[in-house]
Amino acid sequence: MFTPHTETEKKEMLNAIGVQKLADLFQDVPAKYRFPHLNLPDPLTEMEVAAEVGHFASANESTRDLVSFLGAGAYHHYIPAAVDSLLRRGEFFTAYTPYQPEISQGTLQAIFEYQSLIAALTGMDVSNASHYDGATAAAEAVIMAYHNFRGKRPRMVLSPSLNPQYRATLRTYTQGYNLDLVGDGKDADLFAGPDGLISLIDNNTALVMVQYPDFFGRVYDYTQLAKKAHEMGALVCVAINPTALGLFKSPGEMGADIVIGEGQPLGIPLSFGGPYLGIFAVRKEFARKISGRLVGESVDSRGNRAFVLTLTAREQHIRREKASSNICSNQGLMALASTIYMSLLGKQGFRQMAELCYHKAHYAAEKLAAIPGYSLCFNSIYFHEFVVCCPKPVAEINEHLLEHGIIGGFDLSEEYPSLPNHMLLAVTEMNSREEIDLLCEVLAEVSHE
Amino acid sequence: MSEKTIFELSSPGRQGVRFPAPDVTPAELPDESLIRADLPLPELAEVDVIRHFTALSKLNYCVDSGLYPLGSCTMKYNPRINEDMARLPGFAFTHPLQPIETIQGSLALMFQMQEWLKEISGFEGVTLEPAAGAQGELVGVLIIRAYHQSRGDTKRTKILIPDSAHGTNPATSAMSGFEVLPVPSDARGNVDLEALKAVCDDTLAGLMLTNPNTLGLFDEHVLELIDIVHKAGGLVYGDGANLNAIMGVVRPGDLGIDVMHFNLHKTFSTPHGGGGPGSGPVGVAKHLVDFLPDPVVGIIEDATEEMPPLYGFVTPAKTIGRIKSFAGHFGVIVRAYTYVLMHGAEGLRDISEMAVLNANYLLSKIRHAYTLPYNRTCMHEFVLEGVWPDVADVHALDIAKRLMDYDYHPPTNYFPLIVHEALMIEPTETESKQTLDAFAETLLKIAEEAHTTPELLKEAPHKTPIGRVDEVRAARDLVLCCWIPEEPVK
Amino acid sequence: MNIPAELKFTKTDEWVKVEGNIATIGVSDFAQEQLSDVVFVEIVPGVGETVKAGGAAATLESVKAAADVNLPVSGKVTAVNAALADKPETVNTDPYGAAWMLKIELSNPAEVAALMDAAAYEAFCKERGH
Repeated sequence: MFTPHTETEKKEMLNAIGVQKLADLFQDVPAKYRFPHLNLPDPLTEMEVAAEVGHFASANESTRDLVSFLGAGAYHHYIPAAVDSLLRRGEFFTAYTPYQPEISQGTLQAIFEYQSLIAALTGMDVSNASHYDGATAAAEAVIMAYHNFRGKRPRMVLSPSLNPQYRATLRTYTQGYNLDLVGDGKDADLFAGPDGLISLIDNNTALVMVQYPDFFGRVYDYTQLAKKAHEMGALVCVAINPTALGLFKSPGEMGADIVIGEGQPLGIPLSFGGPYLGIFAVRKEFARKISGRLVGESVDSRGNRAFVLTLTAREQHIRREKASSNICSNQGLMALASTIYMSLLGKQGFRQMAELCYHKAHYAAEKLAAIPGYSLCFNSIYFHEFVVCCPKPVAEINEHLLEHGIIGGFDLSEEYPSLPNHMLLAVTEMNSREEIDLLCEVLAEVSHE
Repeated sequence: MSEKTIFELSSPGRQGVRFPAPDVTPAELPDESLIRADLPLPELAEVDVIRHFTALSKLNYCVDSGLYPLGSCTMKYNPRINEDMARLPGFAFTHPLQPIETIQGSLALMFQMQEWLKEISGFEGVTLEPAAGAQGELVGVLIIRAYHQSRGDTKRTKILIPDSAHGTNPATSAMSGFEVLPVPSDARGNVDLEALKAVCDDTLAGLMLTNPNTLGLFDEHVLELIDIVHKAGGLVYGDGANLNAIMGVVRPGDLGIDVMHFNLHKTFSTPHGGGGPGSGPVGVAKHLVDFLPDPVVGIIEDATEEMPPLYGFVTPAKTIGRIKSFAGHFGVIVRAYTYVLMHGAEGLRDISEMAVLNANYLLSKIRHAYTLPYNRTCMHEFVLEGVWPDVADVHALDIAKRLMDYDYHPPTNYFPLIVHEALMIEPTETESKQTLDAFAETLLKIAEEAHTTPELLKEAPHKTPIGRVDEVRAARDLVLCCWIPEEPVK
Repeated sequence: MNIPAELKFTKTDEWVKVEGNIATIGVSDFAQEQLSDVVFVEIVPGVGETVKAGGAAATLESVKAAADVNLPVSGKVTAVNAALADKPETVNTDPYGAAWMLKIELSNPAEVAALMDAAAYEAFCKERGH
């Protein structure tokens, strides 16, 4: 299909090699298993494939067909046309990791700009070139903290309102370590806020990890928590939603040592869960402890500014079994998307978008809370997500909403048995007032049934 | 020449994208102590942004510009239809937590892809969740760990890694809590079976096998090797990064390999994106299916005469757990699905045959001018020594840099470690005979230059946008960020 | 290659200088040459810590390689060379002088006797291609 060889050329090439036929090149493969029959469909041409794959896509109902109030870790935002227009340049998407700086300055400088923008947004000194997603960035933060104390501080304090998928992922990642993961047990008090974690921090604690805004959408100032953690010698990691940082104070200002997060809201399509972007930033004293790629500024042999992958001696291909992570790739193209997105929105656009989310979410929350049978679960400051206590199980309500063309919020009872009938709703700049009003109308109906 | 950074291009007051005014009554903002005073992002017009990134893109070499013979990276052509399919609105605008009834198209595609990868590799179960090859490896080794633990076999603490394996393997094993032991290669580039036997005992958890290995050679005793590990009670992990040599030629599962990762961004033509995203599905033999990460795509309700099956997410019985957010790099999976659908069984075999043909053909054209440490039929790649006994002071790195002057991307160099001054060349199947002939001529010319005008190599590259970069300075005086001028981090 | 006659050496290229019951340790000229330009030094134990021979003394990184420095002797750490972190290049320019890493009060002086002397170390380096 994409092999350009003609039959004549194949013969010429086999002659040059000195073999009769193609099969002669595979003599080292055990004869018994050589050239198996594969039960796969017959090949299709491009126009047939386009139709076939198109069928799958049209079997879905997307956020273009339905009104959506679903967030819980992935968010529906407007992506300016210029983002994909640039991502489609073959010079970006068909390049490999920029190991040869002389012919990769485009990728290298774009990553350097990504690192700079993330540092600016989070208030941190250093960002890496990205991890796979928010959940794996959380796992890498735990592993970094573990190695920072050379394994001598096994305790990691996790907020129960840290995204459940992040907590599950970091547990899977660290099953080969002897860690003491505390704070997010079934009995954890979801109403206690960050102060509830302070008593868990001891002098065996390497890391305290919280989310900002947290999984329930609540915005807390973690300055006090960070102060207490630092007094015990522990590090503080804040998992962010980057959109919120257009409006709210940065975790850097609160004293975070590590900032991680899901970068998907920064110009990356929902795409059924991936590929996304793992944000990972630290204070400068931890620059050399970060896993993953880093781009640094230097000069070339002609005396000009040039960018290059740096601190590579920490990485798996050199340090091998002593490396703190096995990560090789970064989410290069997704990091580029977010770089373009942040550049386009800029100082003012980013703030406007964040404020739009804030205002619409507050309009929705207040209107919902006024419907008999519904109430806001938490009495905290929130950004663009909030928890509503419903008169019926969320699954039931969501079914009803779907009949009206609405994807409802996340059913919290799946992850938090202590929150039955609790729905986590997200509102972004994509949700119009009409959509919010429709949601409230249908929910009002549900409570009457 | 250098392009200004996005911060240097900023002009206060500009804005590339505007948003509508709120259509609701604005809510009161919280207390000032929580609101940020300044958002230090750059300010540009849309045209500034387009021109800046277009200028940057022109500084890159890419598959679209020419041969990219990076060994073990499989830099094949990336079909454009893949890009269109991944961007279909029905895929791109779907939320990972949507009700499954609204997302049957995506789930059916993922289920089908799992089935196809099983068929291609000879495994019983496949997860599409891992984000990249390295994460696939981590999943595989955690599965090996979980398997032994589920049997109460807790003394198995050791993973063997042949010295011809991929570089990521030791870090993966260590991350999973295993002790790592190297196994040497024999004179023909196979795993040394005697050395292997000597370290196989009841503390063996498994062996991580790259086959074809990083020398580009298919292990001549692969069945015996796997048998030795199995007899000692260990499992065999297959590093599938080199699958491009053997699709439709042999199924790793048939050989007895227990668990393996695929690299969709290598074998299945999804683009490398300047470093990612990848996708690293993992296939497992029957005895490991229950340990796959959470979730896999399964059939929740069987098809009836009127209705197609209902697909959904399923948690395997003894799962190692979740390894990332949601269920995989779906956009990458759509591209790979498109690719398989275009090829069918014969097309996949053709890919591997042409990849191996190209590598052997290129080798036949240049072998007289370079040192070939293992004189065998290679698979999809081969490794040369980038030095000559009669030329002092020219290294593999110099050859690599000189290739850029001739508009080629250099091969992988200094890997594998078992070859002195290694140059690892993988042309891939999408290159034509004409391209290979021209590249061979260039390699021969550089070999000649090394003997006649070595300074041309030592000072290369001459024609690239920038010269060699001072990497020592970059690492000593760290400058990783340009938004505030800071003291270099020490 | 510089191998000072008064020092003792390990097979992993650390040097030890003993004055009274205090041992000073660092890495040899051979080691720094193998690593090439050192860009990062991190010393593991702190002052006052009791350490054992074979444990981790420091981590070195160059652009292309990383190396662990092992403790050649056991005892109590009496000083660490904090200045090295800011000037990692010293490991290349003055491995036996300004690039000392730790001073250790020996708890088992017999460990020193088991190390190679300069002549044995020179032979050992030659074996490895120098």
